[in-house]
Amino acid sequence: MSELQTTKTDAGGRLINILIELGFALFSIVIALLVGIAFILLAGESPLDAYHALYIGSIGSWREFLNTLWRATPLIFTGFALALPFKAGLFNIGGEGQLLVGGFAAGFVGFYFTGIPGGLHVALAIIAAIAAGALWGLIPGILKAYKGAHEVITTIMLNYIAIQLTIRYGIERYRIGGRQALPTIQDSAKLLRFNDLAELPVVGSLPFIEAFALPGLRLHFNFILALLAALFLWYLLWKTTTGYELRAVGFNASAAEYGGISSKKTIILSMVIAGALAGLAGAGEALGTHHTFMSGMDAGLGFTGIAVALLGRNHPFGIVAAGILFGALSQGGLEMQFVGIPSEIVTIIQALVIFFVAGLQMLKWFLLKQREKGEAE
Amino acid sequence: MAEENNYLLEMRGITKIFPGVKANDNIDLLVKKGEIHALVGENGAGKTTLMKILYGLYDSDQGEIYFAGNKIRMTDPQQAINLGIGMVHQHFKLIDTLTVTENIILGSEPRQGVAINYREARRQVEEISNKYNLKVDPDAKIQDISVGMQQRVEIIKILYRGADLLIFDEPTAVLTPQEIDELFEIFNSLQEQGKTIIFITHKLREVKAISDRITVLRDGKSVDSVNTEEVTEKDVAELMVGREVLFRVDKGEAKPGESVFQVENLQVKDNRGIMTVNGISFEISKGEIFGIAGVEGNGQTELVEALTGLRQIAGGRVYYKGEDITELSAREIKDRHIGHIPEDRLRRGLVTQFSLSENFILGFHHQEPYSKNIFMNYKAIDQHAQSLIQDFDVRTSSHQILASKLSGGNQQKLIIAREFRQDPELLIAAQPTRGVDVGSIEFIHSQLIKKRDEGTAILLVSAELSEVMSLSDRLGVIYEGEIVKTFAADEADEREIGRLMTGSGKEVKTGE
Repeated sequence: MSELQTTKTDAGGRLINILIELGFALFSIVIALLVGIAFILLAGESPLDAYHALYIGSIGSWREFLNTLWRATPLIFTGFALALPFKAGLFNIGGEGQLLVGGFAAGFVGFYFTGIPGGLHVALAIIAAIAAGALWGLIPGILKAYKGAHEVITTIMLNYIAIQLTIRYGIERYRIGGRQALPTIQDSAKLLRFNDLAELPVVGSLPFIEAFALPGLRLHFNFILALLAALFLWYLLWKTTTGYELRAVGFNASAAEYGGISSKKTIILSMVIAGALAGLAGAGEALGTHHTFMSGMDAGLGFTGIAVALLGRNHPFGIVAAGILFGALSQGGLEMQFVGIPSEIVTIIQALVIFFVAGLQMLKWFLLKQREKGEAE
Repeated sequence: MAEENNYLLEMRGITKIFPGVKANDNIDLLVKKGEIHALVGENGAGKTTLMKILYGLYDSDQGEIYFAGNKIRMTDPQQAINLGIGMVHQHFKLIDTLTVTENIILGSEPRQGVAINYREARRQVEEISNKYNLKVDPDAKIQDISVGMQQRVEIIKILYRGADLLIFDEPTAVLTPQEIDELFEIFNSLQEQGKTIIFITHKLREVKAISDRITVLRDGKSVDSVNTEEVTEKDVAELMVGREVLFRVDKGEAKPGESVFQVENLQVKDNRGIMTVNGISFEISKGEIFGIAGVEGNGQTELVEALTGLRQIAGGRVYYKGEDITELSAREIKDRHIGHIPEDRLRRGLVTQFSLSENFILGFHHQEPYSKNIFMNYKAIDQHAQSLIQDFDVRTSSHQILASKLSGGNQQKLIIAREFRQDPELLIAAQPTRGVDVGSIEFIHSQLIKKRDEGTAILLVSAELSEVMSLSDRLGVIYEGEIVKTFAADEADEREIGRLMTGSGKEVKTGE
């Protein structure tokens, strides 16, 4: 995986680089959809109907578009959770576990405490999720920095531990009835949904707000947090000394050390922030989407986040775009199932996108090599 | 027989245009069969581009190549290899965990059915090794043999593929003085067996010592081709640079002030835990250059890393301006205005994927005006870069390009500019001119002297004996982690130092 834009070059070159990246991303999606036709035909369905349904179900209407954004929200966060450590040269596979502990912490604070005023309760639950996720990033960060334990191994192990702790132990302990979930959170802990905006005092009187008052819309305020997180990460990486140090460690740890940069500190910090961001994904799912912490809530979001980061070229804004694309695939996939396309085919098409994104990186790498023949050393 | 027919290789009118740069501009290179032909020029003069065209890695825009009388057009390295052209790259392309034999046969293995015939492979490797007196152990693993040996493996690799024309890209850059001598013996024996050699370098002494003819490139043009015996080093240097070059470093008398840096009985371990610095003591005064001469691998790397906070100190103390800095971190040492020019610019000195601007603040990025609290001030950073690029003559189109795009000499100037601009009171310079062309060496040397005259204490560690001798006011010789003898500059005798560097002084001392 290379970088979308690692340093400032002149504005023109910069724009061209971004356009090239975008072109490749779009191209790989088109190829994936074309190859997907073969699979749809194999399933005996009409590709035209299938893709029409994908379109209708994802961006075909305002409502579906908003639901696409809702689906995208946790993926954007888990994408960040991979991308930030990646900039420091680490491969954080632990998004899944960090999301789970974050979701559990949010869900727990959400149902356990009562009588806290609305805004404060949500904030506390979110802070708990951030703290839990950060802790789940801190552990592999420390193990890597001080013991050299490979982060891929430790984060995978921590994923298992997170599942056991939150679902086997946590849910079992507090659940009411047969459902594999914590009790429903208090109303005061619910994250504001967009379709409730119209009922708010001042905001509700704004003219456009009616557009969000749609039944069955689940888009909630975590999406706004995801956009803020993208801005935060972009600023952190390219406008602060922390980001400078992080990128230096990722590019050349020896040179960073020479420059007086502590790679230990940098490794730990990047993992802590990554964990916190994945924890926020969990908070959104628990407080905004499901209104509880439940088994299966993670639904592979942590792992899909890896693909999102890959497609988004590890750039905060790229990840937002890639997250929305994956959100569209999963939201539109529902509609495809309604017209009779097996859900497996939907999964295959999603996999094809990932496959061709990775595959076309090879092509790009090859083309750049060729181009290098025409560029001075 | 016409003279033309003597040429094994004729490259005529080679032009290669990169966007914005004419890397090669109508270059002629004529190499006679059986000669050692030196291709010299400053960094960025077009040597590497020319060789990449010959080796099929680049396409030329204009020009013709004749090899053994036939017109050829190279499309890829395999074709070059098939024609009998082999290249030993500056950075070896070997697999550390495989044996010498395995590395050599990789890609063209002798087979027996579907299996590799290792016995045959080993026999061939041994045969080549013996024929050219290369003394390579076919069963050793690459990771266990010295850099000089690894280079010989590369040589066997191309001989194994039937090369008649061997191209060496700066082969001596990675070698110790002894290994350089041995390499030149190998050159001679290759020549005796009828091989032709193109030798890319910018070390003029070597050009003079080994080559038969010289082609000089400057700014992408072939300036001249001369017979080595008819020219002096100075002539070649002037052809390369295009003006008169000062070989002797112009330096006045040192005026040392008070002692600012004391190292007492320093002990440092290497990565394997072996004590490689074994009780070194010295001190340096303001306005003085203390040089450490020695064959590489005698503890210099560990010594410099320990003094700059990059490596744990196992024993002894280090004092700077009266303060004990033994336990300080790299950042704390940097913050005390101790400059460091690292021996390996690509590994330590630069983040090559960072822009020049970002590299110019490496190590100082946390200081004002480049940042305040944690917020970077790119305006100040860019201004800083622009002023350094100008003052230190770093040749670049912009301060925003990646450091990887600069030539080696300009990368080194970047590092020197960065360290000098912080007004170091102590400067630790390790191999400051390694892999740098003549013009840049001259510049770097004069900058070091200038700093000294401004009162900076300088520790100079270099494997180039002539460099240490010409720059230092006092110098010590390091051997196996100890400073075996210290000289004042005017007492230093090159032969004695050479003996001490290789350990013969120590034998005398211990009575063995």
